[in-house]
Amino acid sequence: MSRLSKTTWVYVVAVMTAAAFLVARGPLGDISWPKVAVLGVLFLVCESSSAPVGPRQFTWSPSYAATLASVVLLGPAGAAIVGVFAALRLRRGLLVVQRVFNGAMYALSAYAAGRAFVAVGGRWGVPHQSSFPGIIGPFAVAALVHLVVNHGLVRGVLWLTADSSSKQRLPAVVDIRLMLSDLGYAAFGLLIAALWSVVGPFAAVLVVIPLFVARWAMRQYAAQQSAYEATMAALCKAVETKDFYTRGHSERVSKGSAMLAREIGMRANRLEAITYAGMLHDVGKLGVPTKVLQKSGRLTEEEYAAIQLHPMRGLEIVREIGFLDEALAGIMHHHERLDGRGYPLGLAGDEIPEFARVIAVADAFDSMTSTRSYRGARRIDQAIAELRKWSGTQFDPALVDAFVTALEREGWERPAPIDPPASSPVGVTAQDHDDPTAPLQVVENR
Amino acid sequence: MDSGQLLLISAAGMLAVAAIAQVAVSGMVQVGDAVAFGSLVALGELLRITLPGNRESAPIAAGGALGYALLLDIGAHPAVQSALQVIVITIGGMIVGALPHLAAGRPAKLAGMASRLVSVACVAFIFRPLAPTALMQRHWPVALAVMTLLVVLAWFVDALFGALIRAEELRARFGVALWDELRVQLPLGTAVGASALLIAFSSEVMGLAAVWVFTAPLLVSQVAVRRYVGIRTTYLETVRALSRMTEVGGYVEGGHSRRVSRLSVAIGRELGMGEADLEELEYAALMHDIGQLSLRDPIPGGATVLVSPGDQRRIAELGADVIRQAGVLDQVADIVMQQSDPCRAPGADQGPPVASRIIRAANAFDDLVGSSADRDRAAAALERLRLDTASEYDPGVVEALSKVVGRRSLSLT
Repeated sequence: MSRLSKTTWVYVVAVMTAAAFLVARGPLGDISWPKVAVLGVLFLVCESSSAPVGPRQFTWSPSYAATLASVVLLGPAGAAIVGVFAALRLRRGLLVVQRVFNGAMYALSAYAAGRAFVAVGGRWGVPHQSSFPGIIGPFAVAALVHLVVNHGLVRGVLWLTADSSSKQRLPAVVDIRLMLSDLGYAAFGLLIAALWSVVGPFAAVLVVIPLFVARWAMRQYAAQQSAYEATMAALCKAVETKDFYTRGHSERVSKGSAMLAREIGMRANRLEAITYAGMLHDVGKLGVPTKVLQKSGRLTEEEYAAIQLHPMRGLEIVREIGFLDEALAGIMHHHERLDGRGYPLGLAGDEIPEFARVIAVADAFDSMTSTRSYRGARRIDQAIAELRKWSGTQFDPALVDAFVTALEREGWERPAPIDPPASSPVGVTAQDHDDPTAPLQVVENR
Repeated sequence: MDSGQLLLISAAGMLAVAAIAQVAVSGMVQVGDAVAFGSLVALGELLRITLPGNRESAPIAAGGALGYALLLDIGAHPAVQSALQVIVITIGGMIVGALPHLAAGRPAKLAGMASRLVSVACVAFIFRPLAPTALMQRHWPVALAVMTLLVVLAWFVDALFGALIRAEELRARFGVALWDELRVQLPLGTAVGASALLIAFSSEVMGLAAVWVFTAPLLVSQVAVRRYVGIRTTYLETVRALSRMTEVGGYVEGGHSRRVSRLSVAIGRELGMGEADLEELEYAALMHDIGQLSLRDPIPGGATVLVSPGDQRRIAELGADVIRQAGVLDQVADIVMQQSDPCRAPGADQGPPVASRIIRAANAFDDLVGSSADRDRAAAALERLRLDTASEYDPGVVEALSKVVGRRSLSLT
């Protein structure tokens, strides 16, 4: 928002003027200022805590509770004043114009909610036993109006400040789940108002405590999950340190599998599982002696058998993890081929689990687009051509198509070209078992 | 079952029998309200969750029962249930809520239920006689203060029993166990307490609707906590599983990482370490040999106790580098890094952290003994470690190790 266009300025100034005018028009005479202070502070605390809470399944907008409580307790003008507190939000890096706009926006939506509440027969002030259940209808209308005005104003400013490319990314319809959860938070406003007659300002504190505990738990979950992913990635890297050509392979396969899984519309929990499976797909390589992995000539049958065993070894390691069984199947079968000539079991076609078919595509693609000791990294279009060439025999054609679509949309970051140090203590892979263009050379003794 | 658990369960059982007998004689008052709260408790028991450290908890049940104990008015009429009726309703709800668990073949977890019942009973016995007094009815700040104290008391009592049971079960020190228990139960305990107060106060304005409305945030917290605990479990399982990478790669003997971690945690507990420290210790112990993955070929026999101090240090440093890459386990990386440092190095004013010393001793012990259950071999290994306590191994750690090993061979015979 460093440089605002003229239309944006007109919009922002219009919102501010409207808010200032409506607040000034009052009536301000019968507003209880101590209540404004308590609710304003509550609003500020809620609003200041509204950084993203992590996983997308959770939304966090308890400030709706504060504004709607003030609609009931203070009426339109008072609620608007509480909304102005948004300008004071405790967060660094906000420009003055952003702060003023935020204050004005919340003031306007609270005012509109207050007017709607009165218009459909709500009477503002501390509710009593006799106010229930009659107050619920007007309150619901107020909450809805607040939501619509607030989201509308926010979208307006997003639209005006977005450049043409990110404009397309603004979703055309508002997320219904987000609206519902916002309404849920708004409902707590009525509870604050209802409790006010019994415990006064403590109503605000009491209602907000469980909400903050819920937020704490969501945060913990998010933090634990990212710690988990980081640790798993670090441990997988440890497997790769022996060979600098394959470094980062696990992480890229994980990313590629997730990209493909998203493209074919996998549900969130399966998506998570395939991310992990992609990361762990090659841990079984540890069970293969280094000298076999790095052998440059033809492999003996025993050595080839040792390599073919690595998916089973991987399964052996990760079996105890409480994943979806699908993830385990994905790791075990990621070297099966559609024509049944893969390993370890030689499954064909639909017998191969979906996870394994997805990982196989991402695995081969990353292998081809990375540098190997016997060849340079292929360009992305070359690798796509190879995938297409093996589509139907080695890879699932539908998945190859989906992968290419996803690649076109999201792009792919190839690993940096590797310039091996002349005398390196670590060995290198002389032939890559993941590379479909250069199959492993096995001694034929028959 | 341990004697402490048995005592708690039988005390709760006697309490329940006495309450039921008394209420059966005098009859139940305000039955509709009682049923509403009873069903909330039942729902809460049905939706039990497991907190970190495998603790059972039923936040919604606790919140509902405490709310019932603290009730002042429902709508226009005062709530007049006796403390014994609160206990009867709580136990009734608990039984109904536990039945589906039993039907599904899950354990009833009597100790947790008993502990919750007793903590609710404490609150009910104190508050029910006070509820009709003018002081509570007319002065909300007094009522709020008293209720707040009581929910804190409930949290403390529940944690106290939890700690007693765990200290006995895991052979942890009671003080340490109590502190851990209070810490783990604090966030959800706060939500439970606040919800109980909300239910108690808002019933006056909103009637029974309050009971269900204020369960919502508890439910949300519970869902988040459940996921949090789930990912923690997967985390530990993954590290446990991946610690076997060194075994599959032929770097160490099968089961080494797991045995060292189990031994280390037992030693740490013997030395009075808290749960957070024990968790770090467990992670570090599981991953203590991860640095060997960077070696081109396994060291013969895999036993790090037999290689030169220089190589030991290099493996430790490589391992710490791997762990540090995660960016979230820096403490664990430090522990792994210093696992090969002697306890009292000449010139160093302070030795490695206690967790590193524990892993050093446990690792050496397991390298010497392995999976063998031979008592003579264990005794010889211990003797060898004792001889080195002047510089290499921490004498306190070795003593704790010998206690742990002694207990183990006792249970094996």
